[in-house]
Amino acid sequence: MTDAALPNAAANLRQVVEARLKKRHAQEMRFRLYGRMAIIVALSFLALLLGRIVTQGYSTFIDYQIAVPVHLDASRIDKADPTGANYDLLVAESVLAKLGEKDDEFGEKSGKVMEIMSNDLGFQLLKMVREDPTLIGKTITVTGPVKSDAALYFKGQIKRSTPQDSRKLDDQQLDWMDKLKASGAVTSGFNVSFLTNSDSTEPEQAGVLGAIVGSAMMLLVTACLAVPIGVLAATYLEEFAPKNRWTDIIEVNINNLAAVPSIVYGLLGLAVFINWLAVPRSSPLLGGMVLALMALPTIIIATRSALKAVPPSIREAALGVGASRTQTVFHHVLPLAMPGVMTGAILSLAHALGETAPLLMIGMISFVPGVPEGFTGAATVLPVQVFIWENASERGFHERTAAAIIVLLVFMIVMNLAAILVRRRFERRW
Amino acid sequence: MLTWIALTALLLFSLATYMAGRRKALATTGGKSVLLHSLPGYYGSYAALWVGVPAALLILLFAMFGGRLEAGLLRADPPAAVAALTAPQQDVFYDDARAIAHGGQPSETIYAGDLKTALDAKAAKSTQLGDLIQFGSLALGAVLALVGILIAYPRIGPQFRARNKVEGWVAGLFIVCSVTAILTTAGIVASLVWESWRFFQAVPIHEFLFGTEWNPQIAMRADQYAGTGAFGAVPLFIGTFLIMMIAMVVAAPIGLYSAIYLSEYANPLTRSVVKPLLEILAGVPTVVYGFFAALTVGPIFRSFFNWIGAQLAGGSLDGLAQYLMQVQNQMALVAGAVMGIMLIPFVSSLSDDIINAVPQSLRDGSLAMGATRSETVKKVVLPAALPGIMAAMLLAVSRAVGETMIVTMAAGLQAKTTLNPLDTVTTVTVQIVTLLTGDQEFDSPKTLSAFGLGLTLFVVTLMLNIVALRIVQKYREQYD
Amino acid sequence: MPSQRDDAMAHDTASAPVHIAVDRAHASQPAGAIKIRARDVNVFYGDKQALFDVSLDVPENSVTALIGPSGCGKSTFLRSINRMNDTIAGCKVVGRIELDGEDVNDRSIDPVVLRARVGMVFQKPNPFPKTIFENVAYGPRIHGIATGKAELEAIVESSLKRAGLWAEVADRLHQPGTGLSGGQQQRLVIARAIAVSPEVILMDEPCSALDPIATARIEELIDELRNQYCIVIVTHSMAQAARVSQKTAFFHLGKLVEAGPTGEIFTNPRDSRTQDYITGRFG
Repeated sequence: MTDAALPNAAANLRQVVEARLKKRHAQEMRFRLYGRMAIIVALSFLALLLGRIVTQGYSTFIDYQIAVPVHLDASRIDKADPTGANYDLLVAESVLAKLGEKDDEFGEKSGKVMEIMSNDLGFQLLKMVREDPTLIGKTITVTGPVKSDAALYFKGQIKRSTPQDSRKLDDQQLDWMDKLKASGAVTSGFNVSFLTNSDSTEPEQAGVLGAIVGSAMMLLVTACLAVPIGVLAATYLEEFAPKNRWTDIIEVNINNLAAVPSIVYGLLGLAVFINWLAVPRSSPLLGGMVLALMALPTIIIATRSALKAVPPSIREAALGVGASRTQTVFHHVLPLAMPGVMTGAILSLAHALGETAPLLMIGMISFVPGVPEGFTGAATVLPVQVFIWENASERGFHERTAAAIIVLLVFMIVMNLAAILVRRRFERRW
Repeated sequence: MLTWIALTALLLFSLATYMAGRRKALATTGGKSVLLHSLPGYYGSYAALWVGVPAALLILLFAMFGGRLEAGLLRADPPAAVAALTAPQQDVFYDDARAIAHGGQPSETIYAGDLKTALDAKAAKSTQLGDLIQFGSLALGAVLALVGILIAYPRIGPQFRARNKVEGWVAGLFIVCSVTAILTTAGIVASLVWESWRFFQAVPIHEFLFGTEWNPQIAMRADQYAGTGAFGAVPLFIGTFLIMMIAMVVAAPIGLYSAIYLSEYANPLTRSVVKPLLEILAGVPTVVYGFFAALTVGPIFRSFFNWIGAQLAGGSLDGLAQYLMQVQNQMALVAGAVMGIMLIPFVSSLSDDIINAVPQSLRDGSLAMGATRSETVKKVVLPAALPGIMAAMLLAVSRAVGETMIVTMAAGLQAKTTLNPLDTVTTVTVQIVTLLTGDQEFDSPKTLSAFGLGLTLFVVTLMLNIVALRIVQKYREQYD
Repeated sequence: MPSQRDDAMAHDTASAPVHIAVDRAHASQPAGAIKIRARDVNVFYGDKQALFDVSLDVPENSVTALIGPSGCGKSTFLRSINRMNDTIAGCKVVGRIELDGEDVNDRSIDPVVLRARVGMVFQKPNPFPKTIFENVAYGPRIHGIATGKAELEAIVESSLKRAGLWAEVADRLHQPGTGLSGGQQQRLVIARAIAVSPEVILMDEPCSALDPIATARIEELIDELRNQYCIVIVTHSMAQAARVSQKTAFFHLGKLVEAGPTGEIFTNPRDSRTQDYITGRFG
């Protein structure tokens, strides 16, 4: 018998265990520390990510408007063809007048002023004159944004301390701006135009309205296609389908589709929807169709688990009073599973809202300076807008990219909160 | 527009049929619905379905494909002047004719003489054909709706099993919806294989898979069908692999350790705070990560390495220092690290599920032996969860390989065969995006090569997913 | 009236095996010093109190059975002895539980050491998903008991022998422990527990997941082990308590109703609730 080999005596066991105890507890502490560190690292990435975006983007929501009285000189505007006049120059000269400077003959100074005034001011004048030619000869005050570089100076992102030749604006322009600000011609306020304008080549005039409307239209298409098809498909698979090879294949297929890279859906959209079905490129309809295919597996999986959570006793009760299977499902099971279905649907739509890669494949990357005209017109959407602006070289677009991200994240948070609310409000435990 | 009006009219007509069908059913039994086989509404629905569905499908099909039908018919008997044009010129000609006919934007091609006459003729023909197809389809729809009434209405009677018939229609709808998932896969496979096959006609498959030079940007002469670009995808595979590995080096330990901490150590309060926060990290769109990588992480890393280079410069490691000082924003390390951050919540939540599936009795058994928590985790829980965790990692790898936006925004375009994380590499997905944004000509290998890459990507991720899902399924069965 | 008849029948079926067992229990009177001394133990799960002022002495080298209807707190008491209740969030133990005169809840007592000294066997066999050898070697390895490979092998062999499993698994020590039958798994778990040579073995309904033959085998094993260890067993089956234990404690609604030599409890209970329970009137 090997009993002798055993450290049988109680005191002995205790000593043996205690001898290694310190080391083991140190190991334990280390292990726990690694876990804590992992979580802290993950959460600080989150903080860094969101923090960076907020610090880069918040300044977009402040804008600097200038109010200039402009004399619409009748000698310089042709009544018959008011579009021909150089309104930007008129604005620049008025600003110079306000600054108490005189333009030189080469127009160098007015050129410099144009670098700090948005051409939106000129557009406004043109529009006013077109609508009401009697304005010609009068003096009217226009209010519009300063150029994005000028706004960056006011926001302190272009600094006077930087050597003149490595910043976009020279000292004279900075002086002018200080003067305009001091005189009260330039005022700052909440940047409404960022939310009411669409994309523009000028950073100070670019806004996200077109992208928001585009995203909304596209999500509408996605929701109208993916939710009914997904829910019905899941209901069929869960409640009606016989368990055989075919349904097995469909099931495996759905699980795998959920993990197919999104860009592949873009290729599908390009090859099938554009080249074969001739759906218009860049349209919300096309984007919605592609994203619907992408959202479908997730919606099916969420719906199936919601249906699984409905206890069989409900089905038995309905069948027991003589309802058909279709009636049982539509009158009892689906309504009970609805909160889970809705939560899953909202979450996958929120995911679709942030999706970019497949949309690049189907031409949604074009410059669309307005709200989309219809479901088959060219459109842009929020995440693609982010991508387009990120690629732009002007510095003014950088803060707008971050601001567009903030808008996108706000929409996603709202959708996620909606999902949580639906779950909280209607959740039922069996 | 006309299509929408027709569809609305059809809907109203179906509603009327519903009412009529219902009324007839009730009339046959003198208003006593008890004597009917089904509820009266089912008789109405039966009639309405026969009236509405076939006609609506027909009208929709014509709305979708009418244009293509018209374009096809338009090309019948071309005038001599048009027949003399080259194929692409003909395409432009017909597109212009249709654009003129339907109020679109014709191209800037200038037509004169015979061509101008032919264009006007074809434009008129196009208008004519378009009207014919549109009104023809509407008339056909109306006929179908009437046929529907003729089929359904006479059948309505007390013995008729309307509910079963309507449920048959519903079952049909169910099956159509379920098949959509299969059709999606079929569509993916078909489109990828078809376009790739066209690509492999121009570039042999072995050259694509094993070639070591990737340069699709080489200008090709207009008359050249197969270009002279280099389509060896090995540098892309290596770049993708490198970035994936960096991402996993970041995501695997952080994700796994947070999952362990959350499931084994954290109290419910911590869990309820940390898990939603990690879900936020998971919900952030990838384009946001791309922005973060390109404008925050890239510059930070670059200045860090440049700084180190400056410190080392002139010393014994001067060669390295010179290299470090020239490191660019777009290094593999940046894209990989940010992708790793993106994958942390993915790895963590999958591993969390897997670890939670390990029965509590095993933990109790180990703790009751006097093991510490970490010993329990390391020696009992993790070995038990190993297959599931491996599967989770495979799924993360698949995500990393297929991720597009981060690499598009933060990795470069240069196809280099290197495993140096400080170098610029490009990936399969970046190249797909680059090849397919901008002008596309669907017969150039440059465009088609994107589908070859897409097919490779699809096959690789599909295999990873199948294997991973298989493992997870087996793993779950083991502890069920 | 029908209820009376049911009671009578229940009494008959329940009492038959009890008498046989009681004779065996009488053969070895509970003896030896007090190993575990519990005084005024109260256990709370959050706001809910699960144990009320339990005081119980558990003697050395004998089997003590804790019986009672489900939810009566007997498992809770068992789990307080090796502080497994610590692992449940919101569980609080108040009162004194002494092991060899030391309070197990005292700060100076490390649960790791305590659990090495007090082994535990659970209701459902829970072998680790490792080989049979690794399962038994687990305790000696983590506590550093064996100094070499040979010693470890010796410990595994002797533990398996004492658990009566050696003959069945000697030729497949390196196959997974999860591949054994339920009864073998439970004996493997017992071997795993005794491999570190604990002083006390706690068993929480060790036979409830097993068939009668496997149960008999485990009961035999418990009887053999009693000479070397202090064993506390929670059981649902009164017959089992009567067969294997020398001392029995009856729990009801979180209170210890009465405790005493098994023979006395089963033949001559002082409390009417004990009487009702062992005769099958409830539970």
